[in-house]
Amino acid sequence: MEAGETGTRTYLGVPLYRPRVAFFEFSSCEGCQLQILNNESTLLDFLSLVDVVNFREAMTGGSDDYEIAFVEGSITRDDEVKRLKKIRKKAKTLVALGSCACFGGVNQLKNRFKDINKAKKEVYGRHPIDSEPVRTLEDIVKVDLKIYGCPVKKEEVEKIALHIAIGKSIVFPKYPVCMECKRNENICLFELGEPCLGPVTRAGCDSWCPNSRAGCWGCRGPADEPNMEQMKKIMEEYGFSEETIMDRLECFGGFSSLMGKGNTK
Amino acid sequence: MKKTCNVNIKPLTRVEGHGNIRIKIKNGKLQEAKWEVVETPRFFEAILKGKKWDNAPWITGRICGICSIGHTLASIRAVENAFGIVPDEQTRKLRILLKHMETLQSHTLHLCFLVLPDFMNTGSVFPLIKTHGDVVLRAAKIKKLANDVCDCIGGRRMHPTRTVVGGFTMLPDKEELSGFSDRLKDITLDLMLVAELVKGFSLPDFSRETEFVSLKGVDDYPFIGGDMVSSDGVRMREEEYKKMTNEYMTDQSTSKWCRLSRDSFAVGALARLNNNFEFLHPAAKEMAEGFGLIPVNHNPFMNNIAQLVECIHVVKESIGLIDELLDSEFKESRQEVKAKRGIGVAAVEVPRGILYHSYEFDDNGKIVKCDCVIPTGQNHANIQHDLEGIAEEYAAQGKNDRELELLAAMLVRAYDPCISCSVH
Ligand code: SF4
Ligand code: SF4
Ligand code: SF4
Repeated sequence: MEAGETGTRTYLGVPLYRPRVAFFEFSSCEGCQLQILNNESTLLDFLSLVDVVNFREAMTGGSDDYEIAFVEGSITRDDEVKRLKKIRKKAKTLVALGSCACFGGVNQLKNRFKDINKAKKEVYGRHPIDSEPVRTLEDIVKVDLKIYGCPVKKEEVEKIALHIAIGKSIVFPKYPVCMECKRNENICLFELGEPCLGPVTRAGCDSWCPNSRAGCWGCRGPADEPNMEQMKKIMEEYGFSEETIMDRLECFGGFSSLMGKGNTK
Repeated sequence: MKKTCNVNIKPLTRVEGHGNIRIKIKNGKLQEAKWEVVETPRFFEAILKGKKWDNAPWITGRICGICSIGHTLASIRAVENAFGIVPDEQTRKLRILLKHMETLQSHTLHLCFLVLPDFMNTGSVFPLIKTHGDVVLRAAKIKKLANDVCDCIGGRRMHPTRTVVGGFTMLPDKEELSGFSDRLKDITLDLMLVAELVKGFSLPDFSRETEFVSLKGVDDYPFIGGDMVSSDGVRMREEEYKKMTNEYMTDQSTSKWCRLSRDSFAVGALARLNNNFEFLHPAAKEMAEGFGLIPVNHNPFMNNIAQLVECIHVVKESIGLIDELLDSEFKESRQEVKAKRGIGVAAVEVPRGILYHSYEFDDNGKIVKCDCVIPTGQNHANIQHDLEGIAEEYAAQGKNDRELELLAAMLVRAYDPCISCSVH
């Protein structure tokens, strides 16, 4: 898209600067990028806010001249390391988009195999295949901003883009999903006999899963100062096994540094 | 006449995932035509090993952002088949409706956002916002409706939250559901207008005899479960999926490839339509005939048209499904799950073709073995053979690099490949 193609947006009557934005993906389901195209009613608004110059999933002929790089996915191969470093060099701001990029996402469950060759053998037999343990973007380069979620919330990405455009700082909720869940007046899942990581997971998704009567699996990683001990206690109190807790805590990688004993990593 | 061509597309754009195309023609003779898949594997089948059954739908849904609903439903069906759970009528209808709307969403994304630019001489849909705003808005309207229904039934349009083994954690609001009925009727017209536009395009005239594999309907167009058939006359049961896919490794791809009666076969909208034409809704059939799409059609570019035809089909069928659901009493019908040792296989038609999930469980419902065979994985070999065929044909015609590059890209794009999904 050429610059200025969609109408320029104003904020309090002042024309907004439209940053040149690029989207890139590494090992991922590409769902976080797709979320951008997936909210049809605000897509055009979003496009008036930023100047998308590179988006392989949606456009041919992308440009290498960009200011903000939204990077999705985790790093699992050497060519990805090189590509990521190149992007870092070009971008003023590098945003990790989604839990794969921030924590390794579901992909990092592969790291449970201490010997990666076992994982390779399980899937590919004796056929040689190139793959390394999963790393996050931050393991390789400096990350300026992280947007959590599997998938990310489109509204959040848009708000962040607007804040970048008007130079406003970005604050993420420090409190857990439970707060949003209570505000939404949901029946607590524990009362329904379902496990939930809401008490320790960072809010911002508007308690997406509990709103559907499904327990939180912690896709956004830990809230500030999460009380892990208490979380374990609640789980035990309601009769959930260590395994049930562990499945959820390790699912997206956000809690990996907080997981005590029993961490199979 | 130009006799030498060099095409090097790295990576192909406007598809999901990473793949490269390389074509070399020297003195009018094809030297090389290659479809390479370089996507990094994520090892889902290894990841699930040792995990309890309830992890399967939640995690495997993350194989693909575009067809997460299809993966989730396939995973759920495989687990249910292993544990002997049979979904009730209401659950079945809700699942089909949810799947239909994913199909509509995915086909529309592919046709209007990814393919359309090829026919309108732009690199992406973005410039079309200005030049063909009505078309883009129409596509966005169709997609939005499909996604809204997915939110309503699945809890979320991507990586659904309400779909679980045994049924749904929560049922859709009836009033909200009834509101979709009119919107679905309304977009039937929008789809007709898209069809009118597409009629104006000339699809490349290329055919190569192909074996088409899909589910086979009994009374209606198939989507979830049942027998598989091929246009070469093979018929198998869901549990026999391995014999239907015959996966093998190849050096040019991190995705496995498949074969059946020939060197390759095709799955997807065109395969479904070729094998199940009689079950299409009359309006969809009429549209297919209007495009000269009569089975068995061997032009891979017609997959685009088959998708459009399926859009009409799923919309028409969804209107009926919503009526039936509204007429019935909603009951909270989530079934209790009792894990047991065994193997469960599911075959589900997702937007890009037939998808298989298979799990083996131990006594505690832990996964001993997991296997997913992805539609695009089944198509790779066929894409390779088509690419050789088209390059050969056009080498003789003396196309230039630019023309051949566009054609090759359009060919692969017509399959609507979901590459990261195929490698998973
Ligand atoms: S974070 Fe989740 S939705 Fe986003 S790319 Fe990774 S797996 Fe897909
Ligand atoms: S359902 Fe989960 S998020 Fe909601 S209140 Fe209960 S524990 Fe917290
Ligand atoms: S409720 Fe939990 S798992 Fe669901 S979206 Fe929010 S943080 Fe992620």
